[in-house]
Amino acid sequence: MHDLAQQIVNGLATGSIFASVALALVLIYRAMGIINFAQGEMAMFTTYIAWQLVTLGFPIWAAFAITIVVAFVGGVALERIVIRPVERAPELTLVIVTLGLFITFNGLAGWFWGYIVKPFPTPFPTSPIQIGGVGFSAQDIGIIVVSLVTLGLITLFFQKTKLGLAMKAAALYPEQSRVLGIRVGWMLALGWGLAAVVGAVAGIMIAPVVFLDPNMMQSVIVYAFASAVLGGIESPIGAVVGGLILGVVLNLLGTYVDAIGNELRLAAALAIIVVVLMVRPSGLFGRAKVQRV
Amino acid sequence: MTPVLSKAAIGIFAATFALAMTGSTIAPVNAADPGVSDTEIILGGDHPFSGPASAYGNIGKGIGAYFDYVNDHGGVNGRKIKWIDKDDGYSPPQAVQVVHQMVEQDHVFAIFDSLGTAVNTAIRPYLNQNGIPQLFVATGATTWGKDYKQYPWTIGWQPDYQAEAILYAQDIVRNHPNAKIGVLYQNDDYGEDYNAGLKKGLGSHQNLIVKMASYETTDPSVSSQISTLKAAGCDTFMIFATPKFAIQAMVFAAQQSWHPLTYLNNVSNAIPYMNAAMKAAGPSAVNGIITTIYLKDPANHARYAGDSGMKEYNEIMAKYLPSADKDDGNYLYGVSIAYTMVDVLKRAGKDLTRKKVMDIATHLTETDNPWAYPGVVIRTSSTFRYPITQMIAAKWLGTDWSPTGILVDTRSMMTTAEK
Repeated sequence: MHDLAQQIVNGLATGSIFASVALALVLIYRAMGIINFAQGEMAMFTTYIAWQLVTLGFPIWAAFAITIVVAFVGGVALERIVIRPVERAPELTLVIVTLGLFITFNGLAGWFWGYIVKPFPTPFPTSPIQIGGVGFSAQDIGIIVVSLVTLGLITLFFQKTKLGLAMKAAALYPEQSRVLGIRVGWMLALGWGLAAVVGAVAGIMIAPVVFLDPNMMQSVIVYAFASAVLGGIESPIGAVVGGLILGVVLNLLGTYVDAIGNELRLAAALAIIVVVLMVRPSGLFGRAKVQRV
Repeated sequence: MTPVLSKAAIGIFAATFALAMTGSTIAPVNAADPGVSDTEIILGGDHPFSGPASAYGNIGKGIGAYFDYVNDHGGVNGRKIKWIDKDDGYSPPQAVQVVHQMVEQDHVFAIFDSLGTAVNTAIRPYLNQNGIPQLFVATGATTWGKDYKQYPWTIGWQPDYQAEAILYAQDIVRNHPNAKIGVLYQNDDYGEDYNAGLKKGLGSHQNLIVKMASYETTDPSVSSQISTLKAAGCDTFMIFATPKFAIQAMVFAAQQSWHPLTYLNNVSNAIPYMNAAMKAAGPSAVNGIITTIYLKDPANHARYAGDSGMKEYNEIMAKYLPSADKDDGNYLYGVSIAYTMVDVLKRAGKDLTRKKVMDIATHLTETDNPWAYPGVVIRTSSTFRYPITQMIAAKWLGTDWSPTGILVDTRSMMTTAEK
């Protein structure tokens, strides 16, 4: 029983990693209706900024705060400079632009900081925690708590603040919003800024676990996509739940189904997602599209 | 048949012949093989400067630094080395493309230190068909030493993965006969080579292996595998993993309060990696881990403080790669393997051909590589093509690797074509 509990705890820990990145993906999707392929690399890049600040002697929490500000400004600037010119272009163009950003950020990080794997300081205690024979780290709890707090803040922001509502409106009904005096372009930029912040938070939380290198997000991002789609690509809470489910399912498949094992567990998990989407095309928490006919 | 040549025909023939003769006096005597002129030797290599294995790109940069250093000290037998190093992204198709380019457009003399098992397997047939040396490939797969009859133009350099695993297995059989072995391995040729060596070394004791857990390079973390091995009751842990996953393995084991006797493959034993694990999970995550060493470690400042080779390495790095992190063992690997390359070119003398260089590379006894672990001799013969076979076991004690016991030669364990 210990083993099963341990595998589930591990799965939740890994799943929270997927969830934190999936949250950022969902934010961009809500703002623009596209998947930002560069999301993981942006998160990695901002994590390096935090690492650099810590290396320069800043305390970890200060580095965290500064990085969040830098990420927000960077995200907004990115939208204004790179995305804005192609904003009205077909979706495919936007996707290609984000792929370009992916390669650019990866290359830049390698250029600035090198490719050697670096330890990233954890803001949490490092001594292992044992409860009933199940071991985990404070970092694991930290990632889950921070993801949930982020989720709560996002929900509050979109439901309770004027700015959040305006952003939502701009994404859903750009023309009407413009008529009502909402600056739709800037709302998009804010969306990018917010997504960059959520990505930075995710990166800083994950880096102590997967270790910092320019490719740290490349495997995570695939699982994050899967989590977001499973949960319903427009739903922040879906992203978190989807991530946690995916993490646990992967571990259980890999450990207890011999025919699948660690080699095929990703394929099996993706197959399950396909089945789920056949039953619920808009994901676990997505709203089904209703159209008047 | 009565050949009747007109005067004109004879004239043309004579003129052509004369022209050919003058041509041959202008061209260098050794113009037979491309990539060599009176002043230059062109060597080509490919490394991952982008993609998942980019950390290894620094090996190529280390090589470049050493060649610059050699060139500034007069070159090799009066020739300067021109080093063309291309990015293959650790991807076999890309490697095939850049190697074709280097051979057909840049006219390289030889391909040197291509990195990665899959990459080198992909370019090997082409290079061998065309008689182009594929020298000192940066991978420890067994095939480089074993399959030389089929691929005579290819040779490895670093110790064989299987040999390394055999050493660990022998240590277990000798000192821990009741071990319950759990193996974490990368699910590819590299991981399988280690597994094969482990089984070979255990021989009749293969039942000591209790559980094997694989991971894919696309896995974000190996925490699940660690739990599986722990749950299976293993008390001996083999880490056959690349650096990132090896660090994770050490950290997760400690976090799950699992403290087995741990063997760590030497591709992941650089001190910065050990420090990363220690920082994340405390000293208990790394203390007592066993690995093998065959090169000096530039991050081990205490042990090599007075070492003349390390002093030279630091000078080379300071001058030719001033902004690089000297502690990164990849640079030292590059400098060290480049030393062997230059050694071979020097021995080949002024009259340089591909055939001759291959001959020397396969009849080599290099006792003075300044960056090999003291006592390691790089040795090959026409029938034995594993250049480095000596390793020493080392244990992590506090802050660095302490060599234990003596240098072991795995020569007799290697599979040669004859056996």
